[in-house]
Amino acid sequence: MAASPAGALAGEDRRPGQHSWMHTIVRWLFIATSLAFLAAVLLAPLATVFVMAFAKGVDAYLHSFADPDTAAAIRLTLLTAAVVVPVNTVFGLAAAWAIAKFEFRGKSVLITLIDLPLAISPVISGMVFVLLFGLHGWFGVWLQEHDLSIVFALPGIMLATMFVTFPYVARELIPLMQQLGNDEEEAAITLGAGGWMTFFRVTLPKVRWGLVYGMVLCNARAMGEFGAVSVVSGHIRGLTNTMPLHIEILYNEYNFVGAFAVASLLTLLAALTLIVKTLVERTGYRRR
Amino acid sequence: MSFRQPSVLPGFGLTFGFTTCFLSAIVLLPLAALVLAAGSMHFSDLLRVVTSARALGSYRLSFGASLLAASINLVFGFIIAWTLTRYEFPGRKVIDALIDMPFALPTAVSGIALTTVFAQNGWIGRYLEPLGIKVAYTWVGVTLALTLISMPFAVRAVQPALLEVQRDLEDAAETLGAGRLYVFRRIILPTVLPALLTGFTLSFARAVGEYGSVIFIAGNLPMKTEITPLLIVIHLEEFDYQGAAALGVVMLVISFVVLLTINLLQAWGRRRHVRAAH
Repeated sequence: MAASPAGALAGEDRRPGQHSWMHTIVRWLFIATSLAFLAAVLLAPLATVFVMAFAKGVDAYLHSFADPDTAAAIRLTLLTAAVVVPVNTVFGLAAAWAIAKFEFRGKSVLITLIDLPLAISPVISGMVFVLLFGLHGWFGVWLQEHDLSIVFALPGIMLATMFVTFPYVARELIPLMQQLGNDEEEAAITLGAGGWMTFFRVTLPKVRWGLVYGMVLCNARAMGEFGAVSVVSGHIRGLTNTMPLHIEILYNEYNFVGAFAVASLLTLLAALTLIVKTLVERTGYRRR
Repeated sequence: MSFRQPSVLPGFGLTFGFTTCFLSAIVLLPLAALVLAAGSMHFSDLLRVVTSARALGSYRLSFGASLLAASINLVFGFIIAWTLTRYEFPGRKVIDALIDMPFALPTAVSGIALTTVFAQNGWIGRYLEPLGIKVAYTWVGVTLALTLISMPFAVRAVQPALLEVQRDLEDAAETLGAGRLYVFRRIILPTVLPALLTGFTLSFARAVGEYGSVIFIAGNLPMKTEITPLLIVIHLEEFDYQGAAALGVVMLVISFVVLLTINLLQAWGRRRHVRAAH
């Protein structure tokens, strides 16, 4: 039939997702809309951070870190993360071992409770510690009599940070360890390896990328937390000001170079976090 | 033992004990303190605090702006997820990684950066100002900040669902003469609907509790641009712990309802998925 080649060609043209001009228009409309939206709400603010930080030159940017209060804020943030991330990592490993390796009643309730801090407003996460340890809180009088301070001091900042970053390592490890199963651990134990040896030589190498993933996200949140820490910190310059809180103070004093200089460090940290996250995902470890 | 099934692996007692103790100390006990602090109030006082004009105004803004932000993310989250899963274009992988930026970026940084961009003399604000659109220090700014910080939830919820849509089903439908919109309505939308709703709810949940990014852009005028978390902070700064706890419990109850909704939506999605597979 003479018409058949032309008909086949027309059919070929109308193959979905291929050369039709309608698809091309829709395709570029979608890409353009996505990029415009992301440019306005994400890329422009990110670029602003660096433009504002360097608005008065590189010298002014570097000089802003010479401020002793800024240096103290950076130290406090690093110290907080250095305590909170390892503690939550140990917790995450323990929780994942208990939940992934054993079958027990109430397991799903336990998982929900571990995820709870993710659903709670950061302000509430900080407030609960003020209610417990603040001057008018439950243990306030006792703490004052013993000359201890938790709220408006370092322990409160660490507790609040621990609360908000509590689920990060655990929620990464639990599904991963459940998915990988127990066969190798059971073989190791049956062949006479001890519990700790099995954990360090069998389990830990298996879950190492999930662990890195969870720790990196935990660290990013720990260093960047604002709401919860703001409530418990008391905003004492040079003493209980973390980097995010210090940004607020500098910004409200119209010291924009200073505020955005500190913000630029945290933005670089966020970028580094995403890079590590992407690299870990490339090893084959995927988020569910 | 009926509590747990027997296993050859050691360490249940140690890890389970540590997990529950640490969880109780860091999360459950403090939350109990919150509920008890609110519970120790006279019921009439509690009602007065949580229904005061200023509190009602803050709920209106917090919930209104969060719903609006989640709706914006429902639309743009779908468009972005579609673009990232269906199209190949230069820089796609970078954009894909950047979607998670609001997760990693501290909220204070998002707050001051957005305020600067959308202020009257900002990069984008200066073009909106002549149009009569004020963003910074209005409810529009609050919505914008909430949209930014909850955007990844919407995109990441929809992306895997879009990958699951069976392309051969789409191809078959189009070969049989179905239009693109018909295919979208009858094949794509039903598959991704649970994911879309989950993304919407997750966005809303994140937005409603947000504090850091909002307080910079909001202007924080009582009754106008004051969100509920800020009102809690103001009560705390006045040492009105009970008032703060009362508002905190209101927000906590809402979080639980939202969390329950998310679980139900995800269960619905799984059921549909199983049915579709048969």
